[in-house]
Parts: sequence; structure tokens; C-alpha cells
Amino acid sequence: MILKILKYQLRDVFRSRWIIAYVLFFLVLTDVLFRFGGDGLRVATSMMNIVLIVIPLSSIILGAFYLYNAREYMELLLCHPVKRHQLFWGMFLGLALPLVAAFAGGVMLPYLYNAASAEAWQSALMLVFTGSMLTVIFVALAYYLALRFDDRIKGLGLALVICLFFTIIYDGIILFVIYMFSSYPLEKPVLVMSLLNPIDLGRILLLLQFDISALMGLTGAVFREFFGTPLGMTVSVASLLIWLTVPVTAGFRRFLVKDF
Amino acid sequence: MHCKCNISLGMIPALLAAFVAGGMPAYATHGLSPHSEIISKNSESISESAAEITEANVLSSPMLDEGNSIGNGSGDSGRSLTVGQRGEFTRIADALSAAAYGDTIRIEAGVYREYELLVDRQVTILGIGRPVIDVEHRGEGIRITAENVHVEGLEIRNVPTSHSRDHAAIRFDRASGGKVIDNVLDDTFFGIYLARAHDMEIRGNRLRAYHDREAVSANGIHLWNSNNAVIADNEIIGHRDGIYLEYVQESSITGNKVAENIRYGLHFMFSDDCVYRDNRFEKNGAGVAVMYSRRVKMKHNLFVNNWGASSYGLLLKEITDSEIFENEFSGNTIGIRSEGSDRVKKYRNSFIRNGWAIRIMASSMDNHITENNFIDNAFDVSTNSRRHSRNNFEGNYWDKYSGYDLNGDGFGDVPYRPVRLFSLIVERNPMALMLLRSMFVQILDLTERVMPTITPETLVDEKPLMRKVAL
Repeated sequence: MILKILKYQLRDVFRSRWIIAYVLFFLVLTDVLFRFGGDGLRVATSMMNIVLIVIPLSSIILGAFYLYNAREYMELLLCHPVKRHQLFWGMFLGLALPLVAAFAGGVMLPYLYNAASAEAWQSALMLVFTGSMLTVIFVALAYYLALRFDDRIKGLGLALVICLFFTIIYDGIILFVIYMFSSYPLEKPVLVMSLLNPIDLGRILLLLQFDISALMGLTGAVFREFFGTPLGMTVSVASLLIWLTVPVTAGFRRFLVKDF
Repeated sequence: MHCKCNISLGMIPALLAAFVAGGMPAYATHGLSPHSEIISKNSESISESAAEITEANVLSSPMLDEGNSIGNGSGDSGRSLTVGQRGEFTRIADALSAAAYGDTIRIEAGVYREYELLVDRQVTILGIGRPVIDVEHRGEGIRITAENVHVEGLEIRNVPTSHSRDHAAIRFDRASGGKVIDNVLDDTFFGIYLARAHDMEIRGNRLRAYHDREAVSANGIHLWNSNNAVIADNEIIGHRDGIYLEYVQESSITGNKVAENIRYGLHFMFSDDCVYRDNRFEKNGAGVAVMYSRRVKMKHNLFVNNWGASSYGLLLKEITDSEIFENEFSGNTIGIRSEGSDRVKKYRNSFIRNGWAIRIMASSMDNHITENNFIDNAFDVSTNSRRHSRNNFEGNYWDKYSGYDLNGDGFGDVPYRPVRLFSLIVERNPMALMLLRSMFVQILDLTERVMPTITPETLVDEKPLMRKVAL
């Protein structure tokens, strides 16, 4: 049953034009960067900024919009003998998968036809992994919001605020904390703070890939341990996975008991 | 050429004689057996006849002549002593004490368990087929106290760490004009150690050490008070400092590959008028440090992947009137850190993918930084000074430059400020580095770039290049 809903969802998503625009956006951007910048490593570095800003924003907005629009459709399906958990997974994967596929395809295609080096591929894959995780996380957040607030203005507004908070305000707070408590041993608190924000997590993962030479300039044993060894990579990926499950389960729970 | 045919000609009748006499292989002997006497007599007579041949062919065959001169060293007596199981000597020490001025000691392949070999007269020591001198952690390898000694083709192993003596594989002690060529030094404390040895040539050696702490390791090539040295084409891995120079004047360091040393790849102090060219410094603990020297030229070197909080591609401390050009700095935490260094010209270098391309401290003055490429660095320039920069940045290519060139002269019309606000933040609060590439930080940088208030006003490139400098 999940598959049936998923199939219908996918057909619906691919029929709409925005997913094509979404693919083209990443495709054209990566291609243009290849044409200007040259090697794949530089392209991946430039794409990093885009991924960290565009993906959370677009995923959460598209996700919220989509669910608000599918409201009647969901209610209709729920009148039929469709289990709620089946419908939820069908709807969730039906949006998250095309978005991930669109992003991954759009970025990787230019790498394919530009015959990028192994090193460039490694960073491209890291980029795609991080972007995909962020997509799924923010789609899940959007689903939660759309289920939590029936008023779509409120839901969309909150989606924007959350996105803004994680991309910009949160880092401002970290910087503020660093300045305020600069005479205290802050290594661990700052690391933990960064782990609590999925965008910061993605950023750290990509920094480990692209800017390790700069990161090694950090003094302090905790940082050295974190960035200089596979520990940093492991912890970041694990935290991202935790981040993935939290909004998904929250949305799922909400969906099971929601009174449409 | 001549050496080879000398030996082979010598060996054939010798072996034949040995078989005829006793039917027993000659190489099992230990110096005093009758067979070896036969051998050495035979080889002497043969080498005499070989010498005659050489003299006869001198005009027609320059190759032979060349071989002959190497074989004889630069001396005039020019005897050739052979060490080996089939030679006149089985121990190198015996050959050294038997040798006279200008002799050549040929050491045949094999393992010689000897140490503290003293060379106190001018000889040429040649390894044939890379003989191994295994010191077995007992002391020093070779100590040379005579002028113009030539050491070539040896492998020296297992020189022990000592906290009271500077054990070296090869040490020149107040002995100038020597040559150390094509040797392999494996697991040594100091590798090649020159003290008051001038006009030396150290070429094509491979040095490898395996320690992991500074306290128990020593320098690969160590020069103290030795002028006019040529250090070329060596490979130095795993020592404390790869190449260390102190009070060395007018020397050239060329084409060396220095990697994975615990402290500095190249470390020099109080060494004026030296030239460094075409070297590769990679993954050394703290990169390359040059200190307290004047008129240094560094050209076409490669500084790669030196990572760490106090690690530099190149650390300049109290360096004056020097030139650094056509080098490539890539993937270092800090490309160049400049402290108290004045009148240094840095031009036509590439800074690629470093954490910081250049960190120039307020104590540095009158440096000229022109025609360099700055590409994909997290920070192009950082400084600890808030107000003034007394250094001249002009005509560099900055990949982050976003200005325009209306008059088409190749220079951007808007000045470029290479110091980001964020780099000042990091300078004061290193932990903020965690926020690198964050959107928030980029917004901060942007506002500062639009209205510069905090970054130093005078640190600016008035004529940023629109295109990369072709190198």
C-alpha cells in the first residue's frame, strides 16, 4: 500500500514543473561552475554555500506547501481503507525522494560528463550526502509544521523563521557565546552547540572535507581530537542521523493521532 | 668504466686460481688464508696491467679517463684498496688505517658491522653495489677529520639516539671540501653532520629516520658554521629537522625532497646569503622556519600540506632583504607567517587552498607582495594590527575579488581588501573558526566590505589583477 501511494505521489511530483526547475537549478549551477572554475574540487567548494542555504530553505518551503495543498487528497484517502502510517510514509517519501534525486542528479551529472577526478568525486559525494540529509530533515520539519498548524500562513511563516534561525541566527548566538565567555574553556560547549543545529552539522562535515588545513589551525586538544581524527566525521554523521529521526518521528506521531 | 673492468679482470684469474689450488670458493675466506693472498696478488698485477691499458687508451677514450680520475680521487698517489670478502681487507677500519693520502677505498657489497670509523687522511670511499655499514646502535658511523674526503654509495644503518653525544651517520669535523654523494642513511640519529666544514657538496642522499618525538630524534642534514655548501637532490624523511643550518653563509639548497619530519622541514638560523631552489617540503610537523637571516633567496619551492596550529608553509622570523618568488604554497594551515621581517619581496607565488595564505604581523614592515595568485584560501591575509599596515600589497590576483575593470587595463578599478572581518574575529578569538563559511559570518564580512570600519584601512590592494598571473 505504501508503494502504491508512493507511486502515485512520485507520478504527481514529476508531473509538476517545479521539480524540473529544481533539477535544472542544480544542473545549470554546477555546469556553469565547471565552465568557469575548472576542476571538480573547486566546484564542490562553491556548491557548499548553495547547499547549506538553498536546500534547507527550499525543502522546508516546498514541503510545507505540498502538504497544505494535499490536504483534501489526504482526507479523501483516509476515508478509504488506508492505514495512517502507510499514508504518512507514502506522502513523506513521495516528496523527500524526488527532492533528493533531483538535487543529487543535478549536481552529479556535470561531474559525470566532465570526468572529474577521484578526489573531486569524493568531495562531490560528501556534498550530495550532506545535501540529501538536509533535504530529508527539512522536509520532515515541514511535515511536522504542516500537521501541527492548520493555518497555512502560520505554518509557512514558522517554516521560514526556523530556516532563518538555523542558517543565520544560531551562528550569531554561537559567536556571541564565544565572545561573552572567551575566558572560559568553551571547546566542548561550542562543539555541542554546533551539533544541535543540522545546518552547522552539515557545514562541519563539509569543512572537514574542504577546509581541513584551516581547521587544523585551531588550538586545543578537544578540537584536535575532533577534527584531526575520524572521530569528527563519525560524530557529525551520527548526529545528523539523530537529527533525521527526531522530526520524522515527531511528524509521524502527529499524523497518527491528528484529527483532520 | 675502468673500475669495473679492473675488478672483473682481476676476479676471473683469481677465482680460477682458487679453484685450481683448492677447489674451494674463495669468498669463504677470512683475510689470512693462502687463497686470499693469491687473490690480492693477482688482482694487483691485473690492476697494474689495467692501468697500462688505460694510459694507452687515454687519448682515444675519454670515458676511461674519466673513470680513472674518479677511481683515483683527487690525490696523486692514487692507490686503490678494496674492502670485501674477496678484497685485501675485510674491515673498513683496517683499510682506513692502511690508506695513504689520495687513496681510494672501494667497499664491496655486504654488511659491515663497524662503527666509529675515523677518516683522518684524504681518501675517497666508494661503495660498490651499496655496501651496508651497520652501526648496531653502538655509536657514530663515520667521522671525517681530513679535507676533501669523498664518500659515495654507502648505506649506513642504526645510529643510536644519545642525549649526551650528537651521534651522526657521517660527520665532517673541521674538514672542508668533502663530498657526500648517493648514500642511504637508514634509522640514524643525526644523518649528515657538518661542523666547521666549508665548501661541501651533499648530493643525492636518501635519509630516513623513524622516531616520533622531537626529544629522541635529530636533524637529517645538519650544518653548523659551514659556508659555501651545496645541498642538492636529497630525500629526507622522518627526522627532527630535515635540513638544519646555523651560521651558514652563501650556500645553496636545491632540489631536495623533505617530508614528514617531526619539527621543521628546513630550519635555518643566522644564515645569510643562501639560496633555496626547487625543493619540496611536505607534511612536516611545523613546515619550514627561517629565522634571523639576511639576503635569502627562495625560489620555485613547493610547500605542501603542513597542518597544525603552529604549522607554517614558511615561517619568516627576523628575515630581512630577502626574496621569495615563484613558490607554490598549497594546503598548508598557514602559507607564510611573517614576524619582524622587513624588506622582503614576495612575488609570483601561488597560494592555493591554504587556511591562511599570509599572516603578516604588525612587526613586519616594508614588505612588497606583488603578482601573487591567491586561490581558494579560507583567509587570504590576516594580521594582528587593527590600524596600519606598513606593507605594500599591489597587483595580486585574488579569486574572491568581485570588482570590475572598466578601462580594460587588466587591473580592477575598485581596491581589494584581503583582510576579512572574520579573520580579525578569529585572530582575537580562535574558537570562532568553527563558524567558517557560515552564512552569518558571510553577512558580517559583506557589511564590513561595503563599509570598512574595523579592518585595517591601509592593508589594501589598490590594483588587484583581473586575471591569474601565468606562472
